[in-house]
Amino acid sequence: MSATTLSQRPPVDREHALFLLREMLRIRRFEEKAAEMYSLQKIHGFLHLYIGEEATGVGAMQAFSPEDAIVATYREHGHALARGIPARVLMAEMFGKVTGCSRGHGGSMHFFDASRRFYGGYAIVGGGLPIAVGLALAEKMQGGSRITGCYFGDGAVAEGEFHESLNLAALWKLPVVFLCENNLYAMGTALARHQAQTDISRKAGAYGLGSSAVDGMDVLAVEAAAKQAAQSVRSGNGPFLLELKTYRFRAHSMADPDLYRTKAEIEEWKKRDPIPLFQSRLREWGFLADSDLDRIEAEIAAEIDEAVRFAEESAPEPIEDLLKDVEGPVTT
Amino acid sequence: MTYREAARAAIRKALREDPRVFLMGEDVGGYGGAFAVSLGLLEEFGPERIRDAPLSESAFVGAGIGAALGGMRPIVEIMTVNFSMLAMDQILNNAATLRHMSGGQFNVPLVVRVATGGGRQMAAQHSHSLEGWYAHIPGIKVLTPATAADAYGMLLAALHEPDPVFIFEHATLYPLEGEVDEAAQLIDIVHASVTRKGKDVTLITYGGTLGKTMQAADRLAQEGIEAEVIDLRSLRPLDTPTILASVAKTHRAIVVDEGWRTGSFSAEISAQIVENAFDDLDAPVARVCSAEVPMPYAKHLETAALPKVEEIVSAAREMISRHD
Repeated sequence: MSATTLSQRPPVDREHALFLLREMLRIRRFEEKAAEMYSLQKIHGFLHLYIGEEATGVGAMQAFSPEDAIVATYREHGHALARGIPARVLMAEMFGKVTGCSRGHGGSMHFFDASRRFYGGYAIVGGGLPIAVGLALAEKMQGGSRITGCYFGDGAVAEGEFHESLNLAALWKLPVVFLCENNLYAMGTALARHQAQTDISRKAGAYGLGSSAVDGMDVLAVEAAAKQAAQSVRSGNGPFLLELKTYRFRAHSMADPDLYRTKAEIEEWKKRDPIPLFQSRLREWGFLADSDLDRIEAEIAAEIDEAVRFAEESAPEPIEDLLKDVEGPVTT
Repeated sequence: MTYREAARAAIRKALREDPRVFLMGEDVGGYGGAFAVSLGLLEEFGPERIRDAPLSESAFVGAGIGAALGGMRPIVEIMTVNFSMLAMDQILNNAATLRHMSGGQFNVPLVVRVATGGGRQMAAQHSHSLEGWYAHIPGIKVLTPATAADAYGMLLAALHEPDPVFIFEHATLYPLEGEVDEAAQLIDIVHASVTRKGKDVTLITYGGTLGKTMQAADRLAQEGIEAEVIDLRSLRPLDTPTILASVAKTHRAIVVDEGWRTGSFSAEISAQIVENAFDDLDAPVARVCSAEVPMPYAKHLETAALPKVEEIVSAAREMISRHD
């Protein structure tokens, strides 16, 4: 089979393709709205946007079942939405309301959802990796078959916890898929300025893990690579490191003046924006008409408008409950 | 049995009774534990449940947190409190915060055992008493067993707690003999205990300095001074009512703490007394702490740096003579 026929034949069915597009668009529109709400001072603190990286979150999430566990970072709006946490409770969380997914205790950086085994957004870079290792350890010790997906960025690769965690997971053959979203910048420090070995997937070799790298702007490539990685982990081969090569189009956070990279570089990457890229492929395949896109966009707009309304109208947690969730009663 | 055997017996009992329990840490298996607490457990329970970890404090403490989230009841051993600094990120930023940060959705039933304290000529990277730092952190419990009975009972009770519990075992206590009731029900871990009754001065201490404080009380008794000794047992939560009730009776308080004085747990106890019992006091609260120096190796210097029985006796004697 030639490369030409490969690219012409859709590797997915239309329904799934449109689902992936919709998921990426949901994240994009949700975050655009979040940025607007931040400007309106409805959202405070740090707001780290994921715009540009939607294909990595959405694509990789397809490799996990609802029973699996997910550990994410502080740039986790995309992961949370892709995991199925409703936009309304995420928006409410950022508004600091009691209806938020963490009762307003976490904000943008700390989304949690026990019912979806979403074990949280971690804002100490690399801090989620040992947690993921532990979740996988518990699963293995209990004889279960669920796996853990752990998202982190290229910045985490410089942390000791990355190296400790990869070694520990490999040593004990634990079922973790390490998902490195390499957006080329650790906050404002370019990868080549903080890593001697910039080929992140190669680092796995030192710890005896399987690894691969994939174009993180291509949602189907990410999905396929993540499913392959997850399959390897489910087969009992131990952990796997998947590097997702991506780029964030917005600054590190709303507080970042973005002085460390050129406009030209950003514009160059925007040519590979995962959403238009995927849309054009869908059109090539005859999967996407203008009317489809209009419908999807309208549905997403309605969902996000409702999320903002819900967040606006929700009550804040009563101050009397300030200390409620610090310690719990003895139950077992 | 000894304090060491008591800790081991508690771990063994927990492993036998609860399949969710496992022990993880550096050299807990093949070596038998740096302080021989887990000696023989690998043979009895196997490497899955007596899990030797790489020298990766942050990863194995974090993995303990993750395993607790995943339904297990891990006991993590950190060889010394100085090494626990390498895991501080996981302890402070994850273990202590997850319940609150998740809006109460997650809790971390993790037990961490840490050897602490000086007195064995281990110098400045193995000998400090940093448990007071841990007591600063909301969201965790900090226990300091000073007796074999508590080394046994506190571990078992800690495994029933829904949130992280840190147990600081003073390394000089491991050979200490004491009565342990292995058939006892779960013990109380939130209250201090009045180890010796007295009416003239309250000596407040915990962990490794309980023995020195009891010796000081004996010496004071020979001089006709009746000291009451409080073993705090738990630094967080702190049983302030027991302290205040004693001070209301004796009107004098001395805190004995192997930690450094500045910015310390002894300062917290002093503040509690001054805030809540100022009018009961006949004299300013006094403190006997370690000298403000990294722990020296040479025996005479280490002895000079640590709290001494004579210092406790002098402090009490002086307090009573000056403010009688």
